[in-house]
Amino acid sequence: MSKKVAFLQGNEAAAHGALYAGCNFFGGYPITPSTEVAEVMSIELPKIGGKFIQMEDEIGAMAAILGASLAGSKVLTSTSGPGLSLKQELIGYGCIAEIPCVVYNVMRGGPSTGMPTGPSQSDVMCAKWGTHGDHPAICLTPASVQETYEEVIRAFNLSEKYRTPVMVMPDEIVAHMRERIVFPEQGEIEVVPRKSPTVPPEQYKPYDTSFGDVPPLAAFGSGYKFHVTGLNKMQDGFPTTKAEIVQAEEERQVRKVDANIDDIVTFEEYLLDDVEVLVVAYGSTSRSARYAVNIAREQGIKAGMFRIKTFWPFPDKQIKALAGRVKGIVIPEMNLGMCSLELERCAQGKAPVLGIFRVDGEPINPDQILDKIKEVK
Amino acid sequence: MAFEYEKYLRPGKLPHIWCPGCGHGIVMKGLIRAMDTLKLKKEETALVSGIGCASRLPGYIDCCTLHTAHGRAAAFATGVKLAKPEMNVILVGGDGDGTAIGGNHFIHACRRNINMTYIIMNNYIYGMTGGQFSPCTPTGHKASTTPYGNPDPGFDIAKLAIGAGATFVARGTAFHANQIDKLIVEAIQHKGFSVVEILDDCPTTYGRRNKYKSVIEMMNRLKEVAVPVKAAEKMTAEQLQGKVLTGVLYKDETKPEYTAEYAKVIERATAAK
Amino acid sequence: MSRYELRFSGAGGQGLITAGIIMAKAASIYEGKQAVQSQSYGPEARGGASKSEVIISDGPIDYPKATTVDALLAMTQEACDKYTHDLKDGGILLVDSDLVKNLPKGNFKVVSFPIINTAKTDVGREIVANIVALGAMVALTGQVSRENAEKAVLSSVPEAFIELNRKAFSIGYDRALAASA
Repeated sequence: MSKKVAFLQGNEAAAHGALYAGCNFFGGYPITPSTEVAEVMSIELPKIGGKFIQMEDEIGAMAAILGASLAGSKVLTSTSGPGLSLKQELIGYGCIAEIPCVVYNVMRGGPSTGMPTGPSQSDVMCAKWGTHGDHPAICLTPASVQETYEEVIRAFNLSEKYRTPVMVMPDEIVAHMRERIVFPEQGEIEVVPRKSPTVPPEQYKPYDTSFGDVPPLAAFGSGYKFHVTGLNKMQDGFPTTKAEIVQAEEERQVRKVDANIDDIVTFEEYLLDDVEVLVVAYGSTSRSARYAVNIAREQGIKAGMFRIKTFWPFPDKQIKALAGRVKGIVIPEMNLGMCSLELERCAQGKAPVLGIFRVDGEPINPDQILDKIKEVK
Repeated sequence: MAFEYEKYLRPGKLPHIWCPGCGHGIVMKGLIRAMDTLKLKKEETALVSGIGCASRLPGYIDCCTLHTAHGRAAAFATGVKLAKPEMNVILVGGDGDGTAIGGNHFIHACRRNINMTYIIMNNYIYGMTGGQFSPCTPTGHKASTTPYGNPDPGFDIAKLAIGAGATFVARGTAFHANQIDKLIVEAIQHKGFSVVEILDDCPTTYGRRNKYKSVIEMMNRLKEVAVPVKAAEKMTAEQLQGKVLTGVLYKDETKPEYTAEYAKVIERATAAK
Repeated sequence: MSRYELRFSGAGGQGLITAGIIMAKAASIYEGKQAVQSQSYGPEARGGASKSEVIISDGPIDYPKATTVDALLAMTQEACDKYTHDLKDGGILLVDSDLVKNLPKGNFKVVSFPIINTAKTDVGREIVANIVALGAMVALTGQVSRENAEKAVLSSVPEAFIELNRKAFSIGYDRALAASA
C-alpha cells in the first residue's frame, strides 16, 4: 500500500504532526503568520473528540493549554513573535511546575509588531532567555514541511519525556511554503506517552524524585489529588523557601535537559569530512546554505554545512570539535547575530565567525552565502 | 454538633498565611461547608487560583489544587474544565487578581458561560504586596500608592460579571458567614459561569490606612452596608444610598453553557466526517 | 540540476497563490518531480501586489525562493513593474494584454492575451481567470503534462466547479499555444 501524500504548508503539516502525536487540546489566539495551525486544529480536533479553544489573548491561550495538560491532555498552542513575548510568563510557569506542552512559534520580523508577513529568525534567543529565571529550554528549528511535521511529533515526545514545555520555531518561510509531504503510518514514528504514577493516590507526590529527575505526572480527575504552584516547591508540590530544597529543585529542573543533551540534540552534517569552510545554518536559511555549499564545492572550495535541527540545547560539543579543524565559520541568519554569539562562544577563538545578518524581511539567498564563504582565507 | 472542617483540610498545611482579622478564613470555611453540602468528590474537584492572599486558599484544601500565575486562574481553569467537563471547577482569588491583571480572562469566562464557580474575595486592596490600591478601592480612600487619596473610581464586580455574561451572580460578606456557603452551593449547582463576590476586610493594609480602629469596626461596616436584595425592594433610593445589595443578584438559566455547546461542536464534526 | 522557476504575480484576490499551488501540486504529486511553492504578500487580502513562486526540479530543492525566474505571469501592471527584474534572459513572460501595457525591457519571450476577459467571455466567469492563466503557464513552460496539470486543478476545486475549471484550464492552455505560435 502506498503512503498517503499531500501538498501542504509548513503550518498545516505542524497541525497534522501534532495530531499524529496524540494532541487532543489546542488553545490559541489568532496571529499572522501562524494562524493556519489553529485553523486546521479547529477542523480536526472535534472530529476525534478533542478540544479547540480560541482564547481571549495569548496569555489565556498558554494558560488554557497548561490547565488542560494538567487534566491529562496532550496540548499545543501556536503563535508568533508578539504572542511569544506575551506567553513567556506562563512558559516559565510550565517550566517550574513541569507541565508538558508544545509551543509552536513562527518567526516573523520584530521587535513588537515588526513585519507580520516577513520571515525572520530573531526569536531563537527568546526561546531560551524569554522567560525570567533559570529553566530548561528545548527549541527545534525545522527546515522543511516534512521536517516540521516530524519535529512537532518529536516536540511532543520530548515534552512528555522531560515534562517540560518544548518550542518548535520555524521561520515564516518554512511555515508558509508548501511541499509534498509523506505521512507516516500509524506506529511508524514513536509516540512517547506521559509517565503516569505507579503509586496509589495517597502516596503520590507530583515531584517525587525517587522516580528520577523526571517524576511521573498524574492527571487531575484521574483519582489523584495534588497541588501545583508556580512558587518554588517541594516534592509534594507545596511551596517552600528552604534554601537547600529550592537549590536542589532548580538544579534538577535544568538537569532534566542538560544531562540528556545527546538524546535531545539533533543536527545534520553535510560534506564535513574534509571541510575547511564551515557554514552553520538553521531553518530555511540552511536551504540557501546547502545551495551555496554545493556551488562552492563545484568551484573547488571545501565548504560544508552543519545544520542545526535542535537549537536549544545548543550543539556545543559538535561546534567546539568542528571549530578546531576549519579555517572559518559562516553563519547566515535572519537576525542581527544571535546564533553567531553561540558559535563564538563554542569556537573559543579557534576559528573566526563570519555572520550574514538580514532583518529586512527578505530571505538570505545563496549568492550572499557563497560570497561570504569566499571571504574565509 | 460542630462541623468537621478537618476532613476537607490538608493535614500539616495550617496555620494559614492570613493575618488575624482577615476574612479569607471565613470564606474558606464557607466553601468547605458548601463542598460538604454538595458532597463534592475531592479527586473530581479542581480548585484554581491566581496570586495574592486569597489565592493561597487552594493549598489548604484537600482536592486537585492549582495555584497559577497572577490573574490567570480563569484561563487555566477554562483549560481544565474544557479538557475534563465532568470535573467540578471552582476558582478563588482576590479583587486585584481577578479584576485588574485577570480582568480580561474574567470577563471572557463570563461571556463563555463555562460551568465554573468563581469566588472573589473583595477586600478593596492588594494585601500581599503591602496595600496598593486595586480596581475596587473606593475613590478617595488611602492605599500605599494613593497617599493623597485614590483618584480612580472602582469596579462593581457583580455588575461587571452580569454585563460580561455570567449567568449567576451573588454577593455576600465575610460578616454574614452563614450565608456564604448557601450562596456558594447555589452557585456551584447553577449550570453556567457563576460569580460569588464576598465583601471582605483587610485590617492590616486597608483598615489601618483608612481609619478603621479595629477589625470589629471593619466587620461592623460590612454588617451595616449590606442589604439583602429582598429587603432592598422595599427601600427608597435615599435609604439605599451607600448600601450594597447582597444575596443572589442575577440568575439566567436560558443561556447555553460552553462545554455543552462544545459537545455539540464535536457532534457536528463527527457527523460531518 | 534541472531547477525551473515560475512566478505568478498580480493583485491580491486574483487567485494567483492558488494557481501557484496547483502548478506545484501538479509537479510534485502527479508528475513525480519535486516542487516548492512559496508566496509573499502584504497585509491586504484584496489588492496590493502579490506573488506566488514555484520551483520545480528533478532533485531536492534547497533554496525555496526564486533566483532567476524562468517563467513569469503578470496579471497587473504593478506586478509586472515590481516582479520582472529577475526574469532571466530568454525567459517567458505571460501578461494580461488588457492590463499590462508597458512591458519591461529585455530579451523575453512575451506572450500576451486578454486573460481576464477570456475568463469572462469565453469561460463565462471572471473568477476562473487564475485557472485560465494557469492553463497558459502549463502550456508555455512544459514542466508538467497537460493531463497531470488538469488532475491537479480538478483535485483542488470544489465539486460544483469542476466543469467550469476544466473549461478554464483548457481554454487557457489552447489560447497560450495559439498566442505563442
